[in-house]
Formats: sequence, structure tokens, C-alpha cells
Amino acid sequence: MAWDFDTHLRTGKQATVLRVRDLTVRIQTAEALVLPVDRVSFDLEHGEALGLIGESGSGKTTVALSLLRLLPPGASVSGRVELAGEDLLASDPARVRRVRGRRIAMVFHDPLAALNPVLTIGTQIAEAVRAHQPLDRRQARAATLELLRSVGLADADAARYPHQLSGGMRQRALIAMALGCQPEILVADEPTSALDPVVQAGILALLRRVREERGLSLLLATHDLGVAAGLCGRIAVLYAGRIVECGETAAVLARPRHPYTLGLLQSLPPPLGSAGGLPLRPIAGQPRGTRIAAPPLIMSPTRSDGCRFLGRCPRAREDCAKEEPELAEMDGGQVACFHPVEAP
Amino acid sequence: MNAPLLEVEDLCVDRGGLRVLDRVTFALHPGETLGVVGPSGSGKSTLARAVLRLLEPSAGRVRFRGRDLLALGEADLRPMRREMQIVLQDPATSLDPRMTVLSILAEPITVHRLARSEDVERRATELLRRVELGPEILHRHPHQLSGGQAQRVALARALAPSPALLIADEAFSAVDVSLQAQMANLLYGLRGSSSMACLFISHDLRFAAVLCERIAVLSRGAIVEIGEAATLVRSPRHEATRALVAAARASEVQGR
Repeated sequence: MAWDFDTHLRTGKQATVLRVRDLTVRIQTAEALVLPVDRVSFDLEHGEALGLIGESGSGKTTVALSLLRLLPPGASVSGRVELAGEDLLASDPARVRRVRGRRIAMVFHDPLAALNPVLTIGTQIAEAVRAHQPLDRRQARAATLELLRSVGLADADAARYPHQLSGGMRQRALIAMALGCQPEILVADEPTSALDPVVQAGILALLRRVREERGLSLLLATHDLGVAAGLCGRIAVLYAGRIVECGETAAVLARPRHPYTLGLLQSLPPPLGSAGGLPLRPIAGQPRGTRIAAPPLIMSPTRSDGCRFLGRCPRAREDCAKEEPELAEMDGGQVACFHPVEAP
Repeated sequence: MNAPLLEVEDLCVDRGGLRVLDRVTFALHPGETLGVVGPSGSGKSTLARAVLRLLEPSAGRVRFRGRDLLALGEADLRPMRREMQIVLQDPATSLDPRMTVLSILAEPITVHRLARSEDVERRATELLRRVELGPEILHRHPHQLSGGQAQRVALARALAPSPALLIADEAFSAVDVSLQAQMANLLYGLRGSSSMACLFISHDLRFAAVLCERIAVLSRGAIVEIGEAATLVRSPRHEATRALVAAARASEVQGR
């Protein structure tokens, strides 16, 4: 039998569970056509945690929502979102409903808005469990208590209402509910940004543990490079709706090649206890056309406008204004920049 | 050492039978930045409001330039308030959506009679320049600003009466990393250019560690540790401080 080198080499790397290609979202506002997400492509491998890094308006939430076809009717979505070969964007709504929750579950950043205020935590988790598994009430109750324990909550919390829980406990309840559907993929949108750092550390440890224990694939949208660094093996950096850099987390953070990624890193406060530190060297200005409205919108430029980071980029030259750079292979990662930061 | 600007002594606040602020004592000198750091619900914002007497403490004293604020009537309090300004977390709710940036900035200028009416626009432009914004946004409304611009306008409004004390209550917790860094630099620059004292309230130890000379750690309404920022970060003594340090370290990016 022929030794299949290719297969052998790939045994460490598992199959792709989610393949996103040229995902584009168009929203027609009274003022302009907005593209909060513009030709975004990535693969999520089985069991991996991929970080989608971006600031307000970068499109990370829109990417997360469009995977599950949860965008409002005014948004038109194109491209492909393939789950085990099936294009979710082309599937009929009933089919997508069966995928949502059961195969891809989502954890939102504001658990208070995501939980029903008039039902107890236990009722809500049991509801999610029974929606996806053929269990009777008693079995669902047992499954609920087990889920609560697995996210670090007590049995007694099942009888409590969302307002009786702290922010961190609510987020744990929401994660329990997402896990109750036994999904293959967990999409978490800023799951810790509403929490203080101490509580945040606990939620991140929980996400890391459930991913390892259950072999979940995790797509984590966050603006916080520190959060992504602690949880994700790979990151994709989004700027104004486009992925500008993508690669192994450790490599990207140690040697960022896109000027925006470098700027994000330089915006972080210095490590605790280091001398000096201020002033920091943040990225100047803000993305073109951002608005304070929630969620912020970016009027994405057309391709002839050149690189969308142009106005804020310290490395910009003449050619950057002529054409938009495409993602290209660079040192094992991908970078969309004509004049990338030199490797040290 | 010169006299303290603000002295808070055994300040207590009760809410619905609960003691949410418990015998808080500290002093703040002119030009000094004191960090108040603690987890959600530890009483940070309550402390800010009690210091400004936006809520009534149940016991203790707040002295500003030696005068007991809690003993003053509303009329005597007003001129003191001009010297004490606050910037809140969310500019989307702290700026009036119906007002332009110019009218937002003009309000404190006219209320405190800081400039003649023909000079108001010039003063407003000057204030915008201090927070590194251009005059082109003077006639915009808050919804036409980015989050970072709006937070700078809130800061500019607070700076309008040239306060002796600025309270920044999670002033840049809600904005993005690149804007957080811009705000940190702004506060750092303002500190260097005036004798304004600052109470920097945050749940994030990382910014407090670089912006503040001293840090007070608040836990369950009480100050459990207070000291020089570098020392407190290097050798935290209280359990709550250690938790904050561990959380800050966990969110650090290796290789930076």
C-alpha cells in the first residue's frame, strides 16, 4: 500500500468544519450603500479557536451574525458559508433553523439582552436542551443541572432569574445554554467585553475548558488582542470589513506585518510594572465614515479608493491610493499590504 | 507638601439597607492622579458621585480646598462644582443628542460666565484643540461623531471651566483599543500641562498603572489597599489587588 504522505502529514490538522468564502454584506442606507463586510474568507478547522479581531465597525459582529443568517432583512448577503459542504447562505430558512443552535451556537456580548427576563435560568437552559434533543422533562432537568455545573454555576442558580445573577454568572448561563444544544461550532461575539477583568479571566478559562473537553470549534470575535492571545491558535484581523492579516496568533503578535495590526499592538498599555510606558503610540484618527450609532457603520470605500487603511497608515505611499491590496501569503500567514512592516 | 485639594474621610453611602461605600478615606493633592480600581460593583462610581455630592452620603466628610462639601447648601455648592468635573463612560448617553458640539461646549462657558458671548465659539475651538479635535466638528450633533470623537467632546466639556479636579469614571472603558490609547495619551498630556488633579476610576489596572502616581483598590465598598502605583502592582498585598494584577497579566500579549 502506498504511503500517503499528504494524509500522514495532515493527521495533526483536522478537517475544516466551516469554510467561508467571499462573504459580503451590503446594507442600503438613506445616505449610501454600506459594506460592513467585504469579501471575507476564512476556514475554521475542527477543534480550533479562531479569533476575529477588530474594533467597532470592523464588521466582526456582522460576520458572526451572517454565518447564522441572523442579519436583519435589509442586509443582503453574498458569498458562501459552507458547513460540511453545505452552503448555508443558499439553504432554505427551515434548514438553517435546524443548524442554528444545534450545530452552530452563539454567545452574545450582552447576556442580559440575550436572556429572557421573566423565565428562570433553569427553564431557559432546559428549553434550549429540549429544542434540540428528544428528552422528557426530568431528563432535561438533569441535563440542565449538569450544564450549570459544567460552567461553574450551582444547582440553586437554576431557580434564579437573570436579574438575580451577576454579569459573569449570566454569561456562564448563556454559555451553558449554547452548550445545551451540543453544537460543533461555538460563535462567541465579545463574550467578555462587558465584564470586568477578573470576571473576564474566569469566562475565558471556561471557554478554553469547554472547547478542549468537547472538541468544539470556536470562532471568537473580539477587539481585545489579549483575549484572543489567551484563547485562539489563529487570528484574523479585520479592518473596515476586510481581513488585513491572518495567521498563527503567536507569529502575528510577535511579528505583525500589517501596519494596522502593529498599531493595535502598540495601542495596548505596557505590561504591568514596566517602567515608563506613556505616551503610547496609538493609530492616529479613526476609520473613515464611522458613526457613533450602535452598531457603528463604516462607509466602505470602493476598490478604486485604494487601501482602506490609507488615511491612518504611517507607511502609506503613492501606490496605496491607486489600488486595494489583496491578501497574499507572507511568512506562513496572509497579509493585505503593499508595504508590510519588515520582519525584525 | 502643599495642602490636599480633596480630602475624603470615613465616607459611607447606604443604599436600600446596604452599605455600598464603607469608611472610604483618602487625600488627593493638586496635580496628582489617583487611580481608583476595583471590580464591577465595588463602589467606584458611587464614590465618584458621593464626592461630587450627586448623591447624599450617610456619614463621613468630603473636604474640597478645606471646605466641607457635605455641610454646604446648593447655592454655596455651585461655585465649587465648577472646579470639579466628571467624564462618564458612555458619551452616547452623556451628550445631549439634540445639541451641536458648539452648544454642548458653550453651555458650561455661559453658565459659569467664562467668556463673553462673542468669544464663546473661539473658546469652544480652543477646548477642542486641547483634546486634539478640529473646529470642523463644532456644528455636528453627537450622532455624527465617532465614539472616540464623542468621548473627546465630553472631555473638552469637562475641561471648559478649567477644573481643579477631574473625575474620569471609566472614561475610556467603552472605546476601542486604539482610542483608549489616544485618550490615555490625552489625559497624560493634560496632566503635564496643568495642576489639575485627577481621580481616575477604572476596572482596568493596566491603564491606572501607567497614568496614576497612586492607586486605591476598592473591594465591596471599602479601600482594601492604597499605595504608590509601581509598588502596588509589583507587590500586591490584598487578595483583591492580587486578583486585579493576575487578570491584567492574563490579558497581556506576549512578545509585545
